[in-house]
Amino acid sequence: MENKDHNQNHQSEDLPQVLLLKPTPVMAVLGEHQFSSNKYQFLKAWESPLPLCQFLTKYANSIQAILCSGAASVTDDLLQLLPSVRLVVAASAGTNHIDLMACCRRGISVTNAGNVFSDDGADAAVGLLFDILRKISAADRYVRQGLWVKKGDYALGSKKKTFVSYPFYSNICELAADSDALIICCALTDQTRHMINKEVLSALGKEGVIVNIGRGAIIDEKELVRCLVEGEIAGAGLDVFEKEPDIPKQLLELENVVLSPHNAVFTPESFLALSELVVGNLEAFFSNLPLLSPVMDE
Amino acid sequence: MESIGVLMTCPPNFPYLVEELEKRFTLYKLQNAPDKTHFINSHKNSIRAVVGNAGFGADAELIEQLPKLEIVSSFSVGLDKVDLPKCKEKRIRVTNTPDVLTNDVADLAIGLMLAVLRRLCESDRYVRSGKWKKGDYKLTTKFTGKSVGIIGLGRIGMAIATRAEAFSCPISYYARTEKPDVKYRYYPSVIELAANCQILVVACALTEETHHIVNREVMNALGPKGVLINIGRGPHVDEPELVSALLEGRLGGAGLDVFEDEPNVPEPLFGLENVVLLPHVGSGTVETRKAMADLVVGNLEAHFLKKPLLTPVV
Repeated sequence: MENKDHNQNHQSEDLPQVLLLKPTPVMAVLGEHQFSSNKYQFLKAWESPLPLCQFLTKYANSIQAILCSGAASVTDDLLQLLPSVRLVVAASAGTNHIDLMACCRRGISVTNAGNVFSDDGADAAVGLLFDILRKISAADRYVRQGLWVKKGDYALGSKKKTFVSYPFYSNICELAADSDALIICCALTDQTRHMINKEVLSALGKEGVIVNIGRGAIIDEKELVRCLVEGEIAGAGLDVFEKEPDIPKQLLELENVVLSPHNAVFTPESFLALSELVVGNLEAFFSNLPLLSPVMDE
Repeated sequence: MESIGVLMTCPPNFPYLVEELEKRFTLYKLQNAPDKTHFINSHKNSIRAVVGNAGFGADAELIEQLPKLEIVSSFSVGLDKVDLPKCKEKRIRVTNTPDVLTNDVADLAIGLMLAVLRRLCESDRYVRSGKWKKGDYKLTTKFTGKSVGIIGLGRIGMAIATRAEAFSCPISYYARTEKPDVKYRYYPSVIELAANCQILVVACALTEETHHIVNREVMNALGPKGVLINIGRGPHVDEPELVSALLEGRLGGAGLDVFEDEPNVPEPLFGLENVVLLPHVGSGTVETRKAMADLVVGNLEAHFLKKPLLTPVV
């Protein structure tokens, strides 16, 4: 395969290698030049004709860092093959695809997107919430299908009561019971997998809506679909799903859901900020300076 | 009060309002009449009040046909369909429904901004059509921090400003006069406002002066990355110019809840992914419409019981 990347054309034996198992969306969109530096070079596993195991063994001694996104998991088995890795850079806020315990045991630092996705993720969550409660996408469809002329005014949406303070709930069922809208923006871990289950959805109730900009697996998707179809909750705004890009067929038919293709943080502004953060973390690492956005153990 | 005739000039589509009026008055539904002129003539001597809405009010011609008319109670905050000078001249009282719908309309303005900038409707279509299986949706553009220019800083304009501030948007505005005690930047013309913001929101009343206040020059000033949000009235915007500005890429996008000739929406807009089109739902929530209906009925009751009106304009 012709290699057009200037870093690898002038491959220096001295520059440390950063492994990329699979392309990351942010690099695919912005281009590799956005991530280049004189402190490291990228090693792209998918460009090699070698099977992955052989490839990793060949470069094991020079790979000091891994850049990854959700498409490529960083498992303990992988780390076993790469004894020189001291840093994993996640090109995402989520780190559920990285075995953090294994990294910790092996003394490997992990960085993520820090705060660069926070504004866009929050905007998307609010946008989905508005869309669900005020039926923006559904009403837009209504107009485009010519139904405003044919059928008359659109059915009313609903406004919910507003809070001004942020009370803390240690029990998610109680939070759901007291809320009109439940917004999921936590990390996916063993503790949070299927955290939103039948009990929580039942507590949220027939008038409640749920927005998920976290990870699909935080919600028991089968149960969610059942609740939506049977009217046990009022609606949902979903940016993430258990098995992307496969969406349960029933969701595609429902008027009271809004679906987006895991793009809550996909803006040029976020991606540029992320590329700067990724480069910043890698350069800091290879210069023995403090990392910019280390993931702390909680 | 059953003998008091109330003429409803708007379609009798909201059951709660119709029921509450029928409990108290004799309600005449103009939109159901096969021959409207004949209908008005038959009942003109018992009609002492008119109930209208954003789309149907009381123009000079109607007012002249109703010799016993004492009050017009509009199921809306906008009164562009009511001939206010004529009402003043004939000492007819006019009421509207301010405040109760402010939050909903302001929420919808923000909702439209998010929907347009983050392409929410288009993303939803992308998933439903199965296109996501073939590849990721393209990048959209960040909302937080974008500059917002508001035409008209009344109740609704201020409510929009407060919300947009929470998204770290710098706020500027145009109004007939600069408002003291307002921290936002004032521009003395709509063109200057449009040239200096990324999202332009129409939130003023529709009057002769504000007709087509967003014209070709304003849209060009807003520009190919600018977004227009209209939650005011369709005639605030020169609609044919809006369509060509969008089709030609001179304007970046639009979120529209109102149109010049509702429910007709220019069909060239249907194919555009940088617009969001809503069927005039600004105040269209269950809670708010009930509150509006209560104000309409409450104003009429107050008038006929010779008590102070709740929300008089004239």
